[in-house]
Amino acid sequence: MDYFLTEEQQMMVDLSKKIAQEKMKPVREHYDETGDFPWPIVHELAKADLCGVYIPQEYGGFGSGVFGLVLVVEELCKVDGGISLALAATALGTFPILLGANDEQKKKYLPDIASGKKLAAFGLTEPEAGSDATAMRTTAKKDGDFYVLNGTKCFITNAGEAETYTVFANTNPARGARGISCFIVEKGTPGFDFGKKENKMGIRASITKELIFNNCRIPKENLVGKEGHGLIIAQATLDASRPGVAAQALGIAAGALDEAIAYSRTRIQQGKPICSFQGIQHMLADMATEVEAARCLVYQTARMMDATPGKRTTKESAMCKLYASEVAMKVTTNAVQVFGGYGYMKEYPVEKMMRDAKITTLYEGTSQIQRNEIALALIKESASKK
Amino acid sequence: MPNQITIDGEKCIGCALCVSACPFGAMVLVERPGHPKKLKLAVVDHHKCTFCGACVEACKKFSAVVMIKEEPIKLDIDKSHYHGIWVYAEQRHGEISPVVFELLNEAGTLAKKLNVPLSAVLIGDKIESKAQELIERGADKVYVFDDPIFAEFQDDPYSDILSHLIEKEKPEIVLMGATNIGRSFASRVAARIRTGLTADCTALDVEPSTGNLMQTRPAFGGNIMATILTPRHRPQMATVRHKVFKPSAKDAGRKGEVIKGNIDCSKIMNRSKFLQFIKDTTAKVNLADADIICSGGRGLGKPEGFKLIEELAEALGGAVGSSRAAVDAGWIPYSHQVGQTGRTVSPKIYFACGISGQIQHQVGMSSSDIIVAINKDPHCPMMQMATYAIEGDLYDIIPWIIKEVKKTT
Amino acid sequence: MHFIVCIKQVPNTTNVQIDQKTGTLKREGVESIINPFDEYALEEAIRLKERFGGKTTVVTMGPPQAETALREAIGRGIDSAVLISDRAFAGADTWATAYTLSSAIKALGDYDLIICGKQATDGDTAQVGPGIAEMLDIPHVAYVKKIEDMNQETIKVERMMEDGYDLIEMPLPSLISVVKEINTPRLPSLRGMMNAKKAQILRWTAKEINAEPNNIGLTGSPTQVMKIFSPPHRQGGVKLEGSPEEIAEQLIAKLKTTQLL
Repeated sequence: MDYFLTEEQQMMVDLSKKIAQEKMKPVREHYDETGDFPWPIVHELAKADLCGVYIPQEYGGFGSGVFGLVLVVEELCKVDGGISLALAATALGTFPILLGANDEQKKKYLPDIASGKKLAAFGLTEPEAGSDATAMRTTAKKDGDFYVLNGTKCFITNAGEAETYTVFANTNPARGARGISCFIVEKGTPGFDFGKKENKMGIRASITKELIFNNCRIPKENLVGKEGHGLIIAQATLDASRPGVAAQALGIAAGALDEAIAYSRTRIQQGKPICSFQGIQHMLADMATEVEAARCLVYQTARMMDATPGKRTTKESAMCKLYASEVAMKVTTNAVQVFGGYGYMKEYPVEKMMRDAKITTLYEGTSQIQRNEIALALIKESASKK
Repeated sequence: MPNQITIDGEKCIGCALCVSACPFGAMVLVERPGHPKKLKLAVVDHHKCTFCGACVEACKKFSAVVMIKEEPIKLDIDKSHYHGIWVYAEQRHGEISPVVFELLNEAGTLAKKLNVPLSAVLIGDKIESKAQELIERGADKVYVFDDPIFAEFQDDPYSDILSHLIEKEKPEIVLMGATNIGRSFASRVAARIRTGLTADCTALDVEPSTGNLMQTRPAFGGNIMATILTPRHRPQMATVRHKVFKPSAKDAGRKGEVIKGNIDCSKIMNRSKFLQFIKDTTAKVNLADADIICSGGRGLGKPEGFKLIEELAEALGGAVGSSRAAVDAGWIPYSHQVGQTGRTVSPKIYFACGISGQIQHQVGMSSSDIIVAINKDPHCPMMQMATYAIEGDLYDIIPWIIKEVKKTT
Repeated sequence: MHFIVCIKQVPNTTNVQIDQKTGTLKREGVESIINPFDEYALEEAIRLKERFGGKTTVVTMGPPQAETALREAIGRGIDSAVLISDRAFAGADTWATAYTLSSAIKALGDYDLIICGKQATDGDTAQVGPGIAEMLDIPHVAYVKKIEDMNQETIKVERMMEDGYDLIEMPLPSLISVVKEINTPRLPSLRGMMNAKKAQILRWTAKEINAEPNNIGLTGSPTQVMKIFSPPHRQGGVKLEGSPEEIAEQLIAKLKTTQLL
């Protein structure tokens, strides 16, 4: 399928592919096993100018928008969905700044993120506030020129490695959800600590930890937007970043599909390569069609978002994330199926892809939450038609 | 008239034999919609054509490719003034490099065919005593240049002295070892005296009619062999790698002529300064010289796999090699890499463990006498070309091989 | 300081297939890449500029499509590029190539250091670098694995040898040919690729470099190809069967007959 990429976009894809093949592929098993943070790869991405593709040029990025991010993330995830998270999750943590911060804050934090010098992380989820995000208990009490943060965030990607954290805390618990605000917290701030590293099923090259705030004092300048605007910023962030997760799912699925097709041509059973059996052929056909459909949906959503900034794209973002992540799970499972017994062995890459794919149906809103969002949007649209 | 190559459109049937024969990608087929039989036409890309004639040969049935080589321009060189074969007797730290004896052997055969004397050129410091060894190995004459300025190899003084000697004594053929030393300053000498230099020859012979040296060498990573001539320039220079030819036997007490050169240091070009030699103490067995090499590749699956390869190498008294994949994955240092961008080796026995045998690796080891391949994939190139192919898990097979070796030695 | 790098565009033999019948390369669709050793030369030049300031120029002698190799070099950080291209250069051997490149370098003006890769993966001769140095009448060191030090007048390098390495000091201007041990080439960056797209590449023919017609191309080449043939195919061997223990026994028994063990 020809997606009519511009020369610049094609360059991004080619460069991402080169880094994925030459730098990521030889070490992906190592990082999956050890769970170490892939700083060497982050440095390669930084040198290649890929860390800032979605950040506007005036802040040191490439200004290629959400679509640029999608293209890069997809290509990297074809090789490994975990290592790429260092970049992708940074984007998630950066969107609150991009969408809600003032110019001074943008100038302060964006250039280092664009150059790859610093990573970012998004701190929303809590042990008792997952899908029910508004039930968060982390508070931020105003104290003169400071805010004092108290509480715990969990399952935070890049925790401990990132320098810049966009954290959501309630400045006015009496107002409930409308009291949530967004803050930028820098690593090293006294009272800001990290919990133990999570031992995960997949994306093991990505580090997931708790953020622990214990009377953590941050300057009032670190408030993003206005008090009480936290949820609006969070929603806008998720709308913008969901295509990124969708791209991750898409990349993992595409990588698994390629492996399955290649394997089916070399594996001989009953004197023939298994790709000559209709059973396998039908599986591959379905997998490929679903991947392509997911790609169309993700690309179009991203393009639309870049073309109409400020327009709310909750429904489309949710759709592409829902669909791509579910496809990724299906495709990777079937990829293991195509490999047969060998697919179950760690020596072959597909079992890891299946483990990696699962997270995409869970984070940045579970598939169930996505469906809620889509349905609500549909009902709203229908109601507004007379 | 300059070189010309044309395709006769009437004779060309678009069979594409010339396209596949051309090693330089200089032939393409284009459509001829106006042609009565709609046959395609071969077209030459003049930027790429080197007039090697492979297409003419391929098209001998239809003779559609016409190549006219230009008349050679008159040169000042009278080839009849050039006489004799020389071998550059490379020495390093006072020892003659083994490749020299191999060159003397081959040069001896050529000298007999041409009925000319064989000489050696020895350059170094306090090196004169080695001249007798060269004579005993086949040199009829040895030119010796003994002076502290030549103590360590440097391109300037060595190129200078050899160029002057060649211009003075006019040999028709000069052979040098394709070592780091040889390849470096042979090029400088050939550039200075404006003559042809062919690198890494695997075969040498003389053309009966002309007495020209036929220099055969691999090209395109060993996929093709080319025979090169230096028809109009002298001397014809060639470098040959270690272990391509067999060394000559020693004829103790053989007599020969030793000519000591007069050296005026003030006249020798020497722009650079040799500061220090730092010996490599890490390599246990030199990969380039090893008779037995055990190589590991991607099929090892993990860096620890090389421990098994090292065990095998040790049991056999061999060196450890690697494919590019294992080096790129960081499992073993680059100094062990065998292949196109690594080392070329020609051991007696090459163990390829978990190596599929892609072209770039083959190029580095295909001249091994015996290849033992151990691989799960029975159809991979390495298994196809192996003398002994073993299909299986190397982690199962190699321990047994080690046991068997230890039993019998 | 001015650093010049000479590169060559070569076929990418990673994907190449051999036509089993004719024994020649199947060249359709084989992409062209920067000669792997030249990547190290480019990287070294960029590092030297980062350290000492000045400018870097990349030069290549080749057909018009060699321009893509030059743009790739710019994408990695080289400042300017020159393509030396002319039908008259076709068929050049290493002497004629060295002559052409050295003529081009003379036309470029002053320089401090010329950097070449050790050899090209299609010709594998390693001759052009030293040849250029000779024709420019400057000193050279081949097989450089590290530049220990450099200033405006001299350069100190480590020359890799079979038994270790030599430390050599040369006056500038001079030429070095480098091996893979010297560095790890960087990947192009997005910004670099954008620059590469917009860059103006200088194109010179034989005329612009004042090349003598008798010294270039096939005419200027002392060596000529007499014939090209496919090497005798290595015959396949035997497959050893049985349990690992049995296979080991068979193998060692066979190898013992070579008297090497």
